[in-house]
Amino acid sequence: MSKIHVQTTINEEATEFLCEPRESLLEVLRETLGFTGTKEGCNDGNCGACSVTLDGVLIDSCLMLAVEAEGKSISTVEGLANPEGLHPIQQAFLEHAALQCGICTPGFLVASKALLDHNPEPSEHEIRHWLAGNLCRCTGYDKIVRAVLEAAQTVRASA
Amino acid sequence: MSAGNGYKVIGTRPVRHDGVDKVTGRAVYGGDTRLSGLLYGQVLRSPHAHARIKSIDISKAQALPGVKAVLTGADLPKTGDTIVDLGEGPARLKYMSDNVLATDKTLYSGHPVAAVCASNVHIAEEALDLIEVEYEVLEAVLNLREAMKEGAPQLHPDMTTQEFGEDTGRTSNLATHFQHKLGDPDTAFASADVVIEREFNTATVHQGYIEPHNATAMWNADGQITIWTSTQGSFAARAQTGAVLDIPVSKIKVVPQEIGGGFGGKIPIYLEPIAAMLSKASGQPVKLIMTRPAVFESTGPTPGSHIKIKMGANKDGKIVAAEAYIAFESGAYPGGLVGAAAMCVFSCYDIANGLIDCYDVVLNKPRSFAYRAPGSTQACFATEHVVELLAAELGIDPLEFRLKNSATTGTRRIDGVVYPKMGCKEVLEAIRDSEHYKSAAPSGPNQGRGISLGYWFNVGLQSACTASVNNDGTVSLSEGSTDIGGSRTSIAMQFAETLSLDVDDVRAQVVDTDSIGHTDVTGGSRVTYATGWAAYKSALDVQAQMCERAAQLWEVEVDQVAFEEGVFSSGDKSYTFKELSGHLDETGGPVIGRATVNPDSGVGGSFAANIADVEVDPDTGKVQVLRFTVIQDAGKAIHPSYVEGQMQGGSAQGIGWALNEEYYYNKDGQLDNSSYLDYRIPTSLDLPMIETIIVEVPNPGHPFGVRGVGEANIAPPPAAMAGAIADAIGVRLQELPMKPSNVLAATQASEGQAALAAGG
Ligand code: FES
Ligand code: FES
Repeated sequence: MSKIHVQTTINEEATEFLCEPRESLLEVLRETLGFTGTKEGCNDGNCGACSVTLDGVLIDSCLMLAVEAEGKSISTVEGLANPEGLHPIQQAFLEHAALQCGICTPGFLVASKALLDHNPEPSEHEIRHWLAGNLCRCTGYDKIVRAVLEAAQTVRASA
Repeated sequence: MSAGNGYKVIGTRPVRHDGVDKVTGRAVYGGDTRLSGLLYGQVLRSPHAHARIKSIDISKAQALPGVKAVLTGADLPKTGDTIVDLGEGPARLKYMSDNVLATDKTLYSGHPVAAVCASNVHIAEEALDLIEVEYEVLEAVLNLREAMKEGAPQLHPDMTTQEFGEDTGRTSNLATHFQHKLGDPDTAFASADVVIEREFNTATVHQGYIEPHNATAMWNADGQITIWTSTQGSFAARAQTGAVLDIPVSKIKVVPQEIGGGFGGKIPIYLEPIAAMLSKASGQPVKLIMTRPAVFESTGPTPGSHIKIKMGANKDGKIVAAEAYIAFESGAYPGGLVGAAAMCVFSCYDIANGLIDCYDVVLNKPRSFAYRAPGSTQACFATEHVVELLAAELGIDPLEFRLKNSATTGTRRIDGVVYPKMGCKEVLEAIRDSEHYKSAAPSGPNQGRGISLGYWFNVGLQSACTASVNNDGTVSLSEGSTDIGGSRTSIAMQFAETLSLDVDDVRAQVVDTDSIGHTDVTGGSRVTYATGWAAYKSALDVQAQMCERAAQLWEVEVDQVAFEEGVFSSGDKSYTFKELSGHLDETGGPVIGRATVNPDSGVGGSFAANIADVEVDPDTGKVQVLRFTVIQDAGKAIHPSYVEGQMQGGSAQGIGWALNEEYYYNKDGQLDNSSYLDYRIPTSLDLPMIETIIVEVPNPGHPFGVRGVGEANIAPPPAAMAGAIADAIGVRLQELPMKPSNVLAATQASEGQAALAAGG
């Protein structure tokens, strides 16, 4: 199958790749570009492990074709930290022990960041509602929700 | 951060050592394995629940450009009638091999029949469509009680029932029938003032780990095989793969990658031998990742069950006799989990007379496997129901009734085990003393509260640890327990505690099967207990060797060197651990501590309890959890945050099991809900915060008093939810899941009865 040339931006870096039209964004991120931080749990849009943002909008990368990334800006878990350190959400997840196996964690981090970008002061219910598309089988969500509540505070304090 | 109890490290909450890798996306899970020349595999699965394979034609698939190898069951070594014991009791190797790739028959829809590898996953998928399998479809049986009937479709025409340890010679789907008996239950029941008997059914459920099974293998030209996989036990994966491929384990190295959940479901192998054989055939490394539907259709599930419980008590509130009939689905092959259920069913109570009658039954579902306290949840749901009814009948408060009958030190379980020091009573007292229990029960319409008590016995098994002291006084700790929920840290903490080191100076890593001694699976809540013990012992080994080095430097006898609070001393001379570490090169080179353990006694079981408040929607039957508390005996909580995490996670799984999780098979025996959309596990929106109370009744069989905490917590939630629902709607349900349709039907039936009573 002949490949298509795609120009996009990933974690603020201009990136180009070749892909087959049938490849999902998740597959290209993981297998072609090596961004294996974005996880595959179901490949059918039901677990959120593959969460990334596309022009700031939270999406399941398994449900989008890679060719659709043309001209768009994508952010993955690998783009959360910077040379100065971890993002407050990452730090809060560590301090609250909000991960056990950690396979769902990249998706939760990306989704939580998207939440705080759009609602800096979410209530517990708003967090639970926003994160309902991200499944975690290990934690029972308690510590995740607490971590996001605290991260929201940290982000607001530093804004 | 102070730990209390004289501990410096144990009881604190450090950030886990693998944490940064896991929040930045750098941690390498099985599916993230990348190798040069990597090929991608896919597995073809049977659409039929029960069929004879008449022929498989792979020629068209082989001819597809990009396809590198095609594999069928015929390519696996013939295993004959070999019996192997790979840690889970004796099993027929043919069953294990046939579950990896079917040969003569397929026994469940989703049963693997062929596999391919190709230069990319899409070509591999296309190739699957080109494999032609001719099936003779056979009648299937997917209902436990049907499967036990005479004349039911037989899965294994050569399988005979083992009864009370003897081969009956009778072929049937009943693999095993056994009993445990204590005292004289018949006489005790006859003497009881109240006897209550009820019957229960629970659905087949799945562990539901978010990471699909995966395996990557490279079969080298010299016959050495490396397997990268997400497994609960790298040594178990090596042994099982070696057995199926009929090659010695010394030819296989298993590299455990990070694992995205297991809960018991990643103890068995599925893809490892397939990846290895495809690599052998293609000469390149091959990676397979299961699709999500395949995970549901072909792996894991934990057994559905049919249980009858009969219990008798005296007027003064003492349980005098108990009887259980427990039939468990074993899935397509025998060797299920009913034995573990028998060890848990009455384990919370001190009962002098009892009978436990157990049946292990094969039927056309995937081979069932452990799921967190396997067997205990089903059993607890049934027993706690009857316990509540007994208390009500006797007019005794249900918590008081449990306290009165609580198992304790010296209690002999019906299966014969005598309890050492146990925290059952303490867990019940923690319910009584909790703010949640003391708070007013929710009293709105259709609201209610329930409590429950559950148990898991925990296991010991083998672990190994090596500890290399670096010349800056830090320690590199190698161990073999794959880390699913922060165990590297709980192990490092026990090492650090022993030598009074800073926990950040002890770096624990999980290494491959060539780099550490045999370590059993991460399961049975054993890692913090047994591998932690190995860490403790390896620390003592380091301490002894370091004392020798100090003796050399100071030219004294080694028994003149003392070690206390991280400082070596003799007379007026002293070195901190760090200082002495700087002198290793001049005293003989590096120090490596090592230890292995196989604690067969000393394992401490753990009890867990719940308080649950719910509200039932009278129009839909949907149950909303309003408030939930989990209480568990940890013996000693090494890292309290991760102990709480286990308790919360087990609770969430138990709530899912209670309220909606279940396998739906259609009339053709195909699984109709093999996605997360339809097999719905709890989301963040379904649950409240899960309050935790850690009870610490130290286990005398562990240097720090540890009891494993991974499992007991999943047992009580369905029973607590049933109690809360009963309190809310007046009907105590006898079937799992208590899904909206069942709850609604129960509500309507009870309203109907009430109306009838009022009208009549
Ligand atoms: S992998 Fe995309 S939602 Fe599950
Ligand atoms: S931490 Fe394992 S799935 Fe969330």
